[in-house]
Amino acid sequence: MLSKKIIELNNVTKRYNDVTAVDNINLYIRENEFITLLGPSGCGKTTTLRMIGGFEEPDEGDILFDGVRINDVPPYKRNINTVFQRYALFTHLNVYENIAFGLRIKKVPKDEMDRRIKRMLKLVELEGFETRHVDSLSGGQQQRVAIARALVNEPKVLLLDEPLGALDLKLRKEMQIELMNMQKNVGITFIYVTHDQEEALTMSDTVVVMNKGIIQQVGTPVDIYNEPENRFVADFIGESNIIEGIMHEDYLVEFSGRKFKCLDKGFQQNEPVDVVIRPEDIDITEPDKGLIQGVVTSVVFKGVHYEMMVEGGGFEYMIQSTDMQPVGVNVGLTFEPEDIHVMKRGS
Amino acid sequence: MKNRAKFLAYPYLVWMAIFIVIPLFLVLFYSLTKGNIHDPSSLSFSLESYARVFEVNYLKVIWKSFKLAFISTLFCFVLGYPVALIISTVKAKYKSILLMFFLVPIWMNFLLRTYAWMSILSPNGFINRLLSFLGLPTLSIMPGQTAVVLGMIYNFLPFMVLPIYTVLSKIDRSVIEAAMDLGANKIRTFFNVIFPLTVPGIISGITMVFMPAVSTFVISRLLGGNKELLIGNLIEQQFTVQRDWHFGSALSIILMIMILISMAVMSKFESDNDNGGAPTW
Repeated sequence: MLSKKIIELNNVTKRYNDVTAVDNINLYIRENEFITLLGPSGCGKTTTLRMIGGFEEPDEGDILFDGVRINDVPPYKRNINTVFQRYALFTHLNVYENIAFGLRIKKVPKDEMDRRIKRMLKLVELEGFETRHVDSLSGGQQQRVAIARALVNEPKVLLLDEPLGALDLKLRKEMQIELMNMQKNVGITFIYVTHDQEEALTMSDTVVVMNKGIIQQVGTPVDIYNEPENRFVADFIGESNIIEGIMHEDYLVEFSGRKFKCLDKGFQQNEPVDVVIRPEDIDITEPDKGLIQGVVTSVVFKGVHYEMMVEGGGFEYMIQSTDMQPVGVNVGLTFEPEDIHVMKRGS
Repeated sequence: MKNRAKFLAYPYLVWMAIFIVIPLFLVLFYSLTKGNIHDPSSLSFSLESYARVFEVNYLKVIWKSFKLAFISTLFCFVLGYPVALIISTVKAKYKSILLMFFLVPIWMNFLLRTYAWMSILSPNGFINRLLSFLGLPTLSIMPGQTAVVLGMIYNFLPFMVLPIYTVLSKIDRSVIEAAMDLGANKIRTFFNVIFPLTVPGIISGITMVFMPAVSTFVISRLLGGNKELLIGNLIEQQFTVQRDWHFGSALSIILMIMILISMAVMSKFESDNDNGGAPTW
């Protein structure tokens, strides 16, 4: 059974002077969900998060928390806490006092405060750091103090604004796993903002892809990756071959000069469409066994696989495969009907 | 790190030696001797000048200097902090205009500004003429301590505002948002986050106001008449009127030591505040 909606955004719009940062979006977030707002910089994801946190007021539309309108409720009256992009720790306080900040304001008794802070420090693996000065900590440690400082208040919703952006790749991967585990352990709704599509796919229950202030697609990571709704999503999430084609009838699409069976339907007859095939879904065979014939134009070694460009059928296909074919060789390309994703032509 | 351009600092070292270190030793030398300064053979070691400093009359002057400097510094802080806060929060285009208001007076000559206060505060000055025009009783604040304190506040206020403003404008906005996010309303955010973060600015503001205020002799002579002698006047008189360089030097050394002690106490206070201990609420 699906849990109840904790946050709802209804027709929310936010403008800065003449620039529309968030354009009439509708979105709901369920309890205990790990939801990620994903998009390039300037897509409105951070503005959306700041409106939920109470740092910006929407120009139009309503934000509901537990069914109650909270548009003009100040941040300090919301049961929501935030982990800021650059941590925003209080440099005049030590680790313990940073985490205690919210609890002192709520006048939590001393022994309970001690207990909760101890538990938090254990959760973020910073036991014994209580009296350390926050300036003396590494980026990853400061990040974990920021998370502990927010989580210790036991908010219903935790907002995270690109919290791992400043960390190096290895630490980022570790923190991703840690954050996912924390979210499962504490049972709090996480709303996570990132421009890193891999991070979004790894961590989230639900991904919201945004561009130019508009929600492009909402879905599970698998849905978003396998069934992109438009060219932007297909292009932004992972590598893709996006080929222009024509949908002749249900389950039959034409591109690269021939017709292919596919699993898509519901288009008009002969409707122009965009076709997506992921590079890892294409196999290389003998030229005469391929659905499309082509010639290898470049090969790049990527570690796990080779990335080859094959020109054929009026398009340059990107293929990721462990079988390397040298440049200049004639090859055939094959793929299954379920590897073909047909999208409406549009923006 | 090895710095190859170190030699560029040599001219400055020479400058420091000639104009700071040597004069300082000369003052120390005169303060520890007695005799005729124009006849080196008559000079002999003596602590007489220091003993004189501790005579009741002189201690009273020193006490008054510190008291007036303390009062002026306090007023500068109480007036200056809100001003710095306001300047740091207004829109960028008004910011420079507001700052200008505080900087323009500094461009004018210090003596001129103090003379202006004389003509405002004097018995037949602007204020009293206005008061008598309105049929109100006149004030007699000049010459007197009130006038001296007013002069100090007016002259030194910018030196309180500027360092506090600088620190305030460097505070990351997200830190303030973090405090509000954690449940602190605006008043709480100010006292628990903004104010503690500006302590370094307050310390340097206090230093920059207190030091010139405690050693001034122009403000006290012009606005205090002859009856409000401060330690600065006392030192000046020893060199210009009394021609007692030994006593003047001893007074200077004592003043310097007292300022150094004040600053040490102040920086102790700052580092206490900085050790990440529990905030005071």
